[in-house]
Amino acid sequence: MSRFQVVSGKGGTGKTTVAAALALALATEGRRTLLVEVEGRQGIAQLFESEALPYEERRIAVAPGGGEVHALAIDAERALLDYLQMFYKLGSAGRALKKLGAIDFATTIAPGVRDVLLTGKACEAVRRKDKQGRFVYDHVIMDAPPTGRITRFLNVNDEVAGLARIGPIHNQAQAVMRVLKSPETAVHLVTLLEEMPVQETADGVAELRAAELPVGRVVVNMVRPHLLDEDALRTASGGRRREIAKALTRSGVTGSAALVRPLVEQAAEHAQRVGLEREQRAVLAGLGLPTVELPLMGEGVSLSALYDLAAEFRKQGVGDDTVDAAGQGSAGGAPRSGPGPGRGSGRGVGA
Amino acid sequence: MTLNTDIAPGLDTDALLDDPGIRIVVCCGSGGVGKTTTAAALGVRAAERGRKVVVLTIDPARRLAQSMGIDQLDNIPRRVDDIGGDGELHAMMLDMKRTFDETVEAHTDAERARAILENPFYQSLSAGFAGTQEYMAMEKLGQLRARDEWDLIIVDTPPSRSALDFLDAPKRLGSFLDGKFIRLLIAPAKIGGRAGMKFLNVGMSMMTGTLGKLLGGQFLRDVQTFVTAMDSMFGGFRTRADATYKLLQAPGTAFLVVATPERDALREAAYFVERLAAEKMPLAGLVLNRVHGSEAARLSAERALAAAENLEDVGIVDQTTGKAGLCDASDPTAVTSPEASESPLSPEHGDEPTPHGSTPEPHDRKSPAPEQHDAEPHDRKSPDPSGPPTHAEQDTRAVPATDVSVDQLTAGLLRLHAERMQVVAREQHTRDRFTSLHPEVPVTEVAALPGDVHDLSGLRAIGERLATGSAPA
Repeated sequence: MSRFQVVSGKGGTGKTTVAAALALALATEGRRTLLVEVEGRQGIAQLFESEALPYEERRIAVAPGGGEVHALAIDAERALLDYLQMFYKLGSAGRALKKLGAIDFATTIAPGVRDVLLTGKACEAVRRKDKQGRFVYDHVIMDAPPTGRITRFLNVNDEVAGLARIGPIHNQAQAVMRVLKSPETAVHLVTLLEEMPVQETADGVAELRAAELPVGRVVVNMVRPHLLDEDALRTASGGRRREIAKALTRSGVTGSAALVRPLVEQAAEHAQRVGLEREQRAVLAGLGLPTVELPLMGEGVSLSALYDLAAEFRKQGVGDDTVDAAGQGSAGGAPRSGPGPGRGSGRGVGA
Repeated sequence: MTLNTDIAPGLDTDALLDDPGIRIVVCCGSGGVGKTTTAAALGVRAAERGRKVVVLTIDPARRLAQSMGIDQLDNIPRRVDDIGGDGELHAMMLDMKRTFDETVEAHTDAERARAILENPFYQSLSAGFAGTQEYMAMEKLGQLRARDEWDLIIVDTPPSRSALDFLDAPKRLGSFLDGKFIRLLIAPAKIGGRAGMKFLNVGMSMMTGTLGKLLGGQFLRDVQTFVTAMDSMFGGFRTRADATYKLLQAPGTAFLVVATPERDALREAAYFVERLAAEKMPLAGLVLNRVHGSEAARLSAERALAAAENLEDVGIVDQTTGKAGLCDASDPTAVTSPEASESPLSPEHGDEPTPHGSTPEPHDRKSPAPEQHDAEPHDRKSPDPSGPPTHAEQDTRAVPATDVSVDQLTAGLLRLHAERMQVVAREQHTRDRFTSLHPEVPVTEVAALPGDVHDLSGLRAIGERLATGSAPA
C-alpha cells in the first residue's frame, strides 16, 4: 500500500466516509495513520462524533488490534505561517502579517500557492520520522477535493510554476511533486453505480493519468445488494401474479391480492436499477483499475458503520500488507509498531 | 403516496412558476442532491406553461445538456427545441473564465484589459479561486436580469462543498479585493505619506520583502502589476456584487433549497434555510429529491421479512435458484440495454443453484453480492465477447419457468419490499428532523427515479413530480 493515499470523488459519493474508513482499515494491527482534511469542512470531526478539529494532529480513533487513527484539519493560512516561522523565524511579525491580511492575501490570490501549502503539509507528515528514524505515520490518508478539481489540486507544480519561479514555495512545490508522482502516492476515486458519478470518475482517471499522477483504486460506494435477479422478476411480472398472491397468503400476509401489483412494480424498478448498475460496472471495468466495493450503510454512517466499512476494506485486501508488499518488493522503513517482520508498511521516500 | 405531508405545508411549484412577479428562481443545496436536474426540470415545466425561461447551469454535466437536446452548453443562452406550448426555453452553462474575461474587458480600456488578462495572477484567480465560480454566477445572473429578455431566470448554484458557499463567496472575493493588504500594495506611498501611517509602511516593506523571499521576487512584481491594473475595476466589481445581492433579496426572487432525504444533505439544507432568513432572502421552499415510497406501505418491513422467512422455511431451495430463473425477453420490465435483457451477463448466473444453500438471514442484506468481491475487471466483461447466448444455450442453463419456485420468488419480492420499507422509514426519520426544526418551510417531494434522466420527457416527468409533490413510484 502506498504511504500517501488521496481520496477524491464526486460530491455526494461519500468520499469523506471512505477516507475515514480507509484510515481505520490501514491502522489495524498496531499501525498508525493520519487522516487529513483540506477543505475546512470539519467532515472528519462529524464522522467520528468529536469536537471540531484544530490545526493540530490528534488521535481520533483506535483501530482493531491497537492501531491508531490521528486526524488533522489542514488550514492553508496556518500552514503558511508555519513555513514562514520555519524559514524566517518570524515570531510576532507573523501575527502582524496575519493581522494585516497578508497571509489571507497570499493564500487567496494564488490558489496554486494554497494547494501547495495543503499538499505540502500532508507530504511533510508522510515523510516525517521519529528519533529512531522510523516513520511517524505508516499511512497518510487525505480527504481531498472532489474529482473535478483533484488533478489541478495535486498538480501543484504546474499551478505554481507561473507564479513562484524561485524561492521556498517553488522548492516546496518541487518536493511535493516528487512525492505525489512516486509510487508512494495513490489517488483513489470514489463513485456510486450511477451514470454521472461514473462518468466523472472516468474523466478524472483520464486527467490524472495525463498528469502522470498515480491512480489507485476505484471505490464503489453505497452498493446495494441485488435481492432478486432480473430473470426471476420477468417471471413475476408474467402470468404468475395469481400464484404469487397465493404464496403471499400462505406466508401469512393478509390482503395479498392488493399487494401483488405494488410488490411486482417495486421489483421491476429494482430490476431496472440492477441493469443500469451493470452498465456502470462495465464502464468502470473498462478503466482497468482495481476496485473496492463498499455496501450501503442502511442506517446511515455512524461510528460503528465506519468500523464495518473498514472491515470491508480489509476483506477486499486493502490494508493487508502481506498481499501488497509481495507485489511491490521493497519494504524500507520499519513500521512503527508492526506486529512482526514481513509486515513492513513503510517504504522510504527520497526525502 | 410517499411521505405524509401533513406536518409541513406543501410547496406549490406551479404557482411559483406561473407567478409573473417571480423573475428569478435560485436552486441551491449541497453537492450531489440533483440541483442541476431540478433547475432544468423547472425550466422545462415553466416554459411549457408559457413562460420565456432561461436556465443558467453551473455543473458541466454533458448528459444534462444532451437531455435538453443541446450538444454542448456554453456561455451563450441556446434555445431548446421541442418545448410544447407558447413558452420558450433557453439554456446556458456558466463559463467562469470567460465571464470574468468579459467583465474585465467591459469595464476597462483595451490596453489595461490586456495587461490584466495576461497577468499570471489573473489567470490563476479567474480559473481557480474557490469563490470565483460563485462570484461569476452572480455576475452572470446580474447580466441576464439586466437584459430583461426573459420572464424567468432559473439558476443552478455551483457544486460547492457547502450550500453556504454560494452566498459567502461573492462577499469573500469582494472583501478580498477590497482588503487592507491590497490597498497597501496599490498605494504604499500614499499611505506612507501620512505621518500616522508611517509604521505601516515599515511593516509593509518588511512584509513585501518576506513574501518576495518566500515566493520569489517576480511573484510580488506580478501581484503588484495585477492589483494595480485591477484597481480601476474594484469599484465596479463591488457595486455590481452589491446590486446582485439586493436583487436576490427582492420579492421577484425565490430560493428553492434542494436536498435528498439524507442526514448530511438535510443538515446542509437546514443551515441554508437559517442563513437565507438571516440574509432576508426569500425562501420559496424545500425540494426533497429522490424520495422513496411504497404503494404497499401497509405491509411493514418486519412483517414482510417474517413472511419471507415463512415461505423460505417450507421452500426446497435457497434464493440463488431464483437467479438461474428463466429469461423472458419480451417482458416489459426489460432493462434499457437489449443485450442486458437477453443475455445472462451477471456473474450471478454463473452460480450453480445450491439445493442446500443457507437461507439468507436479514443481516445478509448488508453484505455485497458475490460478484462484488471480484476485483478483477476483465471477469465482468467476459460474457461480452461471446455475444448474447442463443436460446438453446440458455435452455441448458436456465431452469424452466415452472421450476422457479413461486415461494422463492414471492420471498424475494417480500425481502425487496422490506428493504424498501426500511429506506422509507429512514428517509421519513431524517425528514422529520428537518420539519421539526423548520416546520414553516413548504416542501415538495420528488419520488426517486430508478435511472438517470436522458431526455426532455425525463425532465418533464421530474417537473410533474415537482408540481404534484408526489407521483407513482
